[in-house]
Amino acid sequence: MTQITVTVDGVSYVDQVEPRLLLVHYLREVVGKTGTPIGCDTSNCGACTVLMDGVSVKSCAVLAVQADGADITTIEGLANGGLHPLQQAFHEEHALQCGYCTPGMILAAADLLRDNPHPSNEEIRDGLEGNLCRCTGYENIVRAVRRAAEAGVAP
Amino acid sequence: MTATTDAPAAELGQSRLRKEDARLIVGQTNWTDNISLPGMLHMAFLRSPHAHAKITRADVSAALRVPGVIAAFSGADFADEQGSLPCAWPVTPDIVIPAHPPMATDEVRYVGEAVACVIARDRYIAADALNSIEIDYEPLEPVLDIRTALDEGSPKVHAAGNKSYEWVFANGDVDAAFRDAPIVLERNYRQQRLIPCAMEPRAVVASSVGGEITLWSSTQIPHVLRFALAAFFGIPEQNIRVIAPDVGGGFGSKLQVTAEEVLAVLVARRLGRPVKWTESRSEGNMTVHHGRDQWQRIRLAADSDGRIRGLSVDLLADMGAYLMLVTPGIPLLGAFMYPAIYKMDAYSFRCTGIFTTKMPTDAYRGAGRPEATFAIERIMDELAVELGVDPLEVRERNWIKHEEFPYTTVCGLTYDSGNYEAATAKARELFDYDGLRQEQERRRASGDPVQLGIGVSTFTEMCGLAPSRVLGSLAYGAGGWEHASIRMLPTGKVEVVTGSSAHGQGHETAWSQIVADQLGVPFDDIRVLHGDTQISHKGMDTYGSRSLTVGGMALVSACDKVIEKARVIAAGMIEASASDMEWTPGRFAVRGDPEKGVTIGEIALATFAAHSLPDGVEPSIDADATYDPDNFSFPHGTHLCATEVDTETGFVKIRSYVAVDDIGLAVNPLIVEGQVHGGLAQGIAQALYEEAVYDDAGNLVTTTLADYLVPSAADLPSYVTSRTESPAANRLGVKGVGEAGTIASTPAVVNSIVDALRPLGIRDITMPCTPERVWRAIEAARANGGAA
Repeated sequence: MTQITVTVDGVSYVDQVEPRLLLVHYLREVVGKTGTPIGCDTSNCGACTVLMDGVSVKSCAVLAVQADGADITTIEGLANGGLHPLQQAFHEEHALQCGYCTPGMILAAADLLRDNPHPSNEEIRDGLEGNLCRCTGYENIVRAVRRAAEAGVAP
Repeated sequence: MTATTDAPAAELGQSRLRKEDARLIVGQTNWTDNISLPGMLHMAFLRSPHAHAKITRADVSAALRVPGVIAAFSGADFADEQGSLPCAWPVTPDIVIPAHPPMATDEVRYVGEAVACVIARDRYIAADALNSIEIDYEPLEPVLDIRTALDEGSPKVHAAGNKSYEWVFANGDVDAAFRDAPIVLERNYRQQRLIPCAMEPRAVVASSVGGEITLWSSTQIPHVLRFALAAFFGIPEQNIRVIAPDVGGGFGSKLQVTAEEVLAVLVARRLGRPVKWTESRSEGNMTVHHGRDQWQRIRLAADSDGRIRGLSVDLLADMGAYLMLVTPGIPLLGAFMYPAIYKMDAYSFRCTGIFTTKMPTDAYRGAGRPEATFAIERIMDELAVELGVDPLEVRERNWIKHEEFPYTTVCGLTYDSGNYEAATAKARELFDYDGLRQEQERRRASGDPVQLGIGVSTFTEMCGLAPSRVLGSLAYGAGGWEHASIRMLPTGKVEVVTGSSAHGQGHETAWSQIVADQLGVPFDDIRVLHGDTQISHKGMDTYGSRSLTVGGMALVSACDKVIEKARVIAAGMIEASASDMEWTPGRFAVRGDPEKGVTIGEIALATFAAHSLPDGVEPSIDADATYDPDNFSFPHGTHLCATEVDTETGFVKIRSYVAVDDIGLAVNPLIVEGQVHGGLAQGIAQALYEEAVYDDAGNLVTTTLADYLVPSAADLPSYVTSRTESPAANRLGVKGVGEAGTIASTPAVVNSIVDALRPLGIRDITMPCTPERVWRAIEAARANGGAA
């Protein structure tokens, strides 16, 4: 067991974890942040995307011990009360159906907009290549990210 | 288009934003894997590494010695109670339905079949302990190709052989249609095996307390699952509660009674502690039922003007190793769709269901209709080439004209409504069909290495499987009805209970819109409940684009009953005769004296107090309804796809895609558009990207999302969608939309690729049309001097 200190959605946690424990399992089963789902085991689908020190990571491809000292933002802590502009835009553009990919998609989009606040449609599609959605065909996800960009997402 | 609806359409037709989103966009979700119960244990499965083998020894004892392991079982440990997973669609009287134990006991027949399980304190320990289980196998020959599986000398999947059934249908004189026909075309098409890949992997939590079973499962069918547990596994139905919490997509893959669900229940009951199982994606790709996998031979006879005289279809369909819930029926859902929108006098169909040592196939978005639509729309393009006319022209010569509806097809289906001319005209215009044809000519003439192709798909489909008596005539094991309840709360708010369990379709929003209009209550005052058999005791669940056309109509029927009950109480409240009461949504008033009235909310409150109801009237205006429709639903549309095909690399880029769908009245156009988008993506994925591949030993090669190419945003085009409206013959005027995009788009894409390459002599490319396959087809055609 290894001791780690991790800040998740603004709250600091100190835990003893197995070195092999995945960050996503740490978030879901130790911290109780079940808003972050798991969609695959090869880091292809992106459903488990969170922000680690502001940069998007697939939390199934990070060990909890690697997050020692890090500041993690999940879908549950993205907004400071109310909705983040991306959450609002996903709602307004009907950019989710079953909603399983949505947390990862929104956090990946947040990182994309941090990098490139005014992406073209093509840049949005390329930027979200690591996040799979089976329901929407992506059309409305692209629209939502563009809408959020136009609304001006705070970095 | 409101002529067929009863009430002024205040909510119907509005693009209401979804109620469901409030929890989903902030992570306040209740996926099955999120559920944690006190004392809950974790289950992991050991799975067969062989496609076909005898189990000669199974020893789980070493796993029991791993710290943290509570129990370990092989199939033999449940031999007396695990029974056989059900097949509910015995399509012919002599169909072979092999026993299908949830955990194999003496023989395994596909890679991934469960052979043992470990139950441990956490999921890591359970996974570790699988390594300690010892299973000895005696390998047998796999059976991997349905084209040779019925040959003499082929290894056998089951003792009874490799044939499950042969199902035939014929109408009209097919021999006469083909005899002396000026044009006879025969083509063979391949429907590759697909993996549904809902984003949420399957997950199950089962608890058994005092003999009462609660099963949470990521399922599309909580009601059917409850019935199956009772009917096939001997658990008293009244003691079973099935809950489908938030479910992360299904696409048919969660229309199943699975080994893992059954075993979770049996293990929880045996141990007296709750157990959870959550699959990994690799596990899911191997063991969630697959889709498609057919070889199609289609023959078409036509007159010299292109009018179809007859059609003949012969299918080989891969069942996989066992028949699961509706495995054998899936190809037959296509049987009635090959004639599609076209008029003809003769049609014959034959399907042979064949066993292989692969994962069983079953429902996947479209289920039978994409296969049929692909074959007919592909061969209609071949007919156009044969005649030297535009592919839209040959379709128009054959399709049912809008003034001919209702029209009974050669299959005996009665299409209630449609307007193929209108949908096609709209699609042509949005697509700039003529302009693209001119560009295609220019690029052909200039020898552009990137050729332009135009693909057409003028599809229809049958969905909303019903009525029950028709399903019965097809030997389907369930009815086609749906149930709804309206609960009027004392404060005037409304609970709507639906038997149609949603997993992304937006029922909570659309159902609120329907009930708001019917009862005249605000959209926000309505809450829709579903997916828990203790709340929604009766239902037939969600598949086959049935929810709105069947479940939505059940709501209307229930609202009718609420209104009729309310009429009597309203009359009592204002001391008038019930026959003098006039309903406008939300309120009863005295005919000719609209000031004298009471609202539905006031009536609901009156039943709560129940101090002064008329004699003999029960203090409730709640109502239930079970609706069984008269007919299937027949959405249709015209889809046009333009692809740019690089003849040097084989790379295909979809340049534009126009989908004009006619789904009758759209309750919520925003949700409809989303369904079309997602459907298109899955149909395009079949055309270009996805294929489940087994190697020569029967190992699934595409176990991960790195190997099985579910397309990303970067792989898919932007879509232009539009609608025409031919109202269906139900009171809402609605048709299904869940599968239309998938059914329509695959042939549109492949037709466009073949159209781009036809000058090279290419007339087919096997799906998925990967750059390698397209490039090889081009090279082969060039080597043949363009005479492929």
